[in-house]
Amino acid sequence: MSTLAYTVTDSTTMLRRNLRRLRRYPSMTLLLVGMPIVFLLLFVYVFGGQLGHGLGDEYVAGHAGRAGYLNYVTPGILLMTVAAAVQGTAIVVAMDMTGGIIDRFRTMAIARSAVLTGHVLASLVQTLFSVVVVLGVAVALGFRPTAGPLEWLGAIGVLTLFSLALIWLATALGLAAKSVETASNTPMFLALLPFLGSGFVLVASMPTGLRQFAEYQPFTPVTETLRGLLTGTPIGTNAVIAIAWSVGIALGSYLWARHLYTTRRAA
Amino acid sequence: MKNLNQPAVVAADVQKSFGETVVLDGVDLAVAEGTVFALLGPNGAGKTTMVRILSTLVPADSGIARVAGHDVADDPDGVRASIGVTGQFSAVDDLLTGEENLQLMADLNHLGRAVGKARVRELLERFDLLDAAARPVSTYSGGMRRRLDLAMTLVGSPRVIFLDEPTTGLDPRSRREMWDGIRNLAAAGITILLTTQYLDEADELADRIAVLDKGRIVAEGTPDELKRRIPGGHVRLQFADASALRAASALFEDAAVDEERLVLRVSGNGDVSSLRRVLAQLDAARIPVEELSIHSPDLDDVFFAVTGQPTIEAEAA
Repeated sequence: MSTLAYTVTDSTTMLRRNLRRLRRYPSMTLLLVGMPIVFLLLFVYVFGGQLGHGLGDEYVAGHAGRAGYLNYVTPGILLMTVAAAVQGTAIVVAMDMTGGIIDRFRTMAIARSAVLTGHVLASLVQTLFSVVVVLGVAVALGFRPTAGPLEWLGAIGVLTLFSLALIWLATALGLAAKSVETASNTPMFLALLPFLGSGFVLVASMPTGLRQFAEYQPFTPVTETLRGLLTGTPIGTNAVIAIAWSVGIALGSYLWARHLYTTRRAA
Repeated sequence: MKNLNQPAVVAADVQKSFGETVVLDGVDLAVAEGTVFALLGPNGAGKTTMVRILSTLVPADSGIARVAGHDVADDPDGVRASIGVTGQFSAVDDLLTGEENLQLMADLNHLGRAVGKARVRELLERFDLLDAAARPVSTYSGGMRRRLDLAMTLVGSPRVIFLDEPTTGLDPRSRREMWDGIRNLAAAGITILLTTQYLDEADELADRIAVLDKGRIVAEGTPDELKRRIPGGHVRLQFADASALRAASALFEDAAVDEERLVLRVSGNGDVSSLRRVLAQLDAARIPVEELSIHSPDLDDVFFAVTGQPTIEAEAA
């Protein structure tokens, strides 16, 4: 077999291993998928009635109050789901790196990249699974996307690309962490970022400093793109910026993770 | 590819420091193919670091290391394809079952479906893990984990195996079982380099032993050669207080003093005439002795002689 074939085989083996591990440790996935659902319920039922009235008509498309807010907030909640899910990535990677088995992998003639690729692909499966579950809850609550097949394809593409970016980032954070505890804490800021963007309220309603941060942080263009694809709000240049951010974060984090994996050796 | 002229493991002047701490200070090793070689030393001697260098986990600062004909620095994948490593800390996946762990190794060794399945089965049987095969490893006992660990190392049929303290922390029965497993591997012609801090383990298993102390090989040879280095063993004298010990150590200049334990080891083969001589000298100097025992030569003596400190077991004895 060629090197490439080995890389694919080994990565698939590692993917299988990691998916199996996720199934054996379901409490983590449940916890990580539970958080965005709680926020969805909280924001729609507690704040939604009031927040919905503050949105412009282009955001609520004829639905007033709570129903309109559900449409507005769901894309933000979906990205929060991604941010929550990748905390699991960092934990799982750190668990592996601090355990003994990584030394076994390192002393075997397996494709160098297979260990990390296996983690990233398994996390992608887990993240998209979480997104589907949360989306299902939103639909059950009354979320009605207007997207056609092409828009759905676009939305899946944006979510996948952005998930990959955050997963590689979380992988790097998991590799950089000295312990599993640290790894479970460092990516937490990611779950906060949807709040400091256009995930829950209009950026225009924020005070100047915060608004500037919100406008320029990556979650905002991704949220706006996803929202536009799912509910038909204007997207403008956000799609390009979202893709640029995603590719940039993914590439930078990939290089960082690869560097950490090849240079950092357990003491 | 059996080449008797070329050792399976060679190291020449291997140096390694972590920061200011020198861990390996010019280690030379040669392990002949198909033999068992023990690297013996106390904690912190550098045994694990040596194994990590030979198994491509950490690079040496300088020196040469070759395993199965491949240079660890230039051709790490060549080394990895020929070796199996069982480290000090168990390298098993706790969330998987025993069978899944072995299957994972079969897949990563690209054994193919049928061959892989057969190999997994064979190893489960050989290491007495068939009954526990479908249970998650987190439910295994320490001995079972070690057996699974070793079984995982063997999936790829390595020609050279590194075992880093394979029995540390095991109960006596599991330890015996591990020894039997290692002997079987040796009988199958696999080259084994093991590290241990137990002298009896090295004595039981190894064809050759190198004593590592503070990053240097201080003695090397077959167990018998090493034992011959201290002809006649010693007489162990236990004193009640430090002043008695000091007085006695002045009488026997070449004796080894253990101030902490108030023990003096006087070289001698323990025959009646030399024993009488020792007692006569003590009597003449009016030095009271709490306890006296005679030690026939064993590896503990060798270790004491070459490193100037007793091993863990010797201290406990």
